[in-house]
Amino acid sequence: MTEPSLVFAWGNPSRGDDALGPLFIERLEALAAAHPQWQRYEALTDFQLQIEHALDLRGRQRILFVDASMACTAPFAVSSLVRERDTSFSSHSLSPQALLQVYRDLDGDEPPPAQLLAIRGERFELGEDLSAAARTHLDAALAWTAAWLAAP
Amino acid sequence: MGSPLETAANPERLRRVAIDPLSRVEGHGKVSILLDDDDRVQQVRLHIVEFRGFEKFIQGRPYWEVPVMVQRLCGICPVSHHLAASKAMDIIVGARQLTETAEKLRRLMHYGQILQSHALHFFHLASPDLLFGFDSEVSRRNIVGVASAHPETAKRGILLRKFGQEVICATAGKRIHGTGSIPGGVNKSLTREERDFLIKDSAQMVAWSHAAVQMIKALHRQNAALYDSFASFRANSMSLVAEDGGLDLYHGQLRVRDADGKLLFDQVDTQDYAHLIAEAVKPWSYMKFPYLTSLGEERGWYRVGPLARVQNCDRIGTRLAEAERQEFIAYAGENGRSGPLHATLAYHWARMIEMLFAAETIDTLLADDALSGDQLTTSGQRATEGVGVIEAPRGTLIHHYRVDDNDLVSVANLIVSTTHNNQAMNSAVREVAKTHLDGRKLSEGLLNHIEVAIRAFDPCLSCATHALGQMPLEVSLNDGAGRQIDRLSRAPASMGQ
Repeated sequence: MTEPSLVFAWGNPSRGDDALGPLFIERLEALAAAHPQWQRYEALTDFQLQIEHALDLRGRQRILFVDASMACTAPFAVSSLVRERDTSFSSHSLSPQALLQVYRDLDGDEPPPAQLLAIRGERFELGEDLSAAARTHLDAALAWTAAWLAAP
Repeated sequence: MGSPLETAANPERLRRVAIDPLSRVEGHGKVSILLDDDDRVQQVRLHIVEFRGFEKFIQGRPYWEVPVMVQRLCGICPVSHHLAASKAMDIIVGARQLTETAEKLRRLMHYGQILQSHALHFFHLASPDLLFGFDSEVSRRNIVGVASAHPETAKRGILLRKFGQEVICATAGKRIHGTGSIPGGVNKSLTREERDFLIKDSAQMVAWSHAAVQMIKALHRQNAALYDSFASFRANSMSLVAEDGGLDLYHGQLRVRDADGKLLFDQVDTQDYAHLIAEAVKPWSYMKFPYLTSLGEERGWYRVGPLARVQNCDRIGTRLAEAERQEFIAYAGENGRSGPLHATLAYHWARMIEMLFAAETIDTLLADDALSGDQLTTSGQRATEGVGVIEAPRGTLIHHYRVDDNDLVSVANLIVSTTHNNQAMNSAVREVAKTHLDGRKLSEGLLNHIEVAIRAFDPCLSCATHALGQMPLEVSLNDGAGRQIDRLSRAPASMGQ
């Protein structure tokens, strides 16, 4: 059965603060048992967003994308997403806006409401641990998400 | 085989154009072009910012951790690193011959990776150029552009990729960060139910892959003059082949043909790769330039990947892909041509033949009860050094390790596919600049020609670099004093990563 809420985080666990995405999912799953009031959700993670992830959006009522960001202010920023014919189409990964557009083009329906939770990161080198600042930002982002999951 | 456009005689007097960074190419790459006052191209270089930190990342770790850890070098082809490291560690634990179950499960995993990677490249990254043309408006040259104009094509690309991911998930144990392949074998087999789940779709994947070959073949034939000449250059070709000379992307020995198709080396033991090839360093590039030691740096460079593999092998072991290979080879010999096809855009045709081969191989393997066997690992006499070579989606991938008495990796050397193709990609870019840019006013469409040539190789640099944020295409034109006199840019997505 498809869970009504999807939390989808991405990043590389071995590249410093890029691990914020997968660590977010790990921490969220660990917290879930202690929060029976949360709405039903599914948590997914990957290295980056790809076209086939449009299939994971099917049947959802709401979506929360989570990623490390060097662009947002600390500790995190939340924004609503609108599907977009993304002109950046950079490399092998899609932006969440472009993924929503792929969903629209694939199924012909409007994608579910989606938000991006961008968690501020500082360093992204291979083999580095999560920075101290990112750990703090992660805690704050999880607290916000707990409220998001508890909301109907 | 060197190019006069590699280094200009008087660079200080020339204008510089930089395409930095490249779009739809993973990692960081930049093309710099020097033009004289008449817009004639004098120098062209593809600079790839290679990060060599992965050896350090691996050194000091227990050998059994390495097949899992190396997946984090690359978010695009983690399975290739997983398997190449496993093969090297097979040598370390003395497992020179895996059990039938382990070998077939690894093959299934690998061909799942080939299928999903080739599908992503063709349907997502390359088909926008091929379907709309190199000069089409930027907003159409992406997957959503394809989805609008060719909805069925885009949908098949997504579902082919999804199927490949499911094969990987079943064999590696997880959707990402799989642990399925271990030194000496695998840690799980497939249940009948897991096989049935995949079998229900596998014939469809073969049919769609077959259709994809017809599509690219038709595109190539319809515009043969362009496809055959665009970024075409003569080069040696290197790949693994099976003992019988057949196409084998999982295991084999090294074969090299020269630009005329004559065998230079055959059945070179992968453990001896370091005698076959060396890596040159150039002062203007972070990435090394591999070459055949016996031919030297000038004549010994080569191409790897689908175009090399499909023409290097003697046959393909699946029915439909072999028929397509024969047609490809026949085409290469049409109109009085002889020897291999050197057209860079023929990479796409060859890549789709390989995708068909992967789909057929998966379909055959899934029916094999050995996948559900219980003999998962083997071992033998311990060694201190091991080399694992695999044909990753983009070309030959080499992992080489030494392990000390404490079971820790003391030395690691990796040569990734994109490094093998470094000189080849530079040659492709120079051919494009010479033919399409020389003497003309630069435009975004013209500069996209450069990217089209690079993209055909499907370079993946994320194992070398990490792309922070979206990568807009920015091109600046400077005069001889370094002052910017023109600029083109493409807006990035709204959020960075």
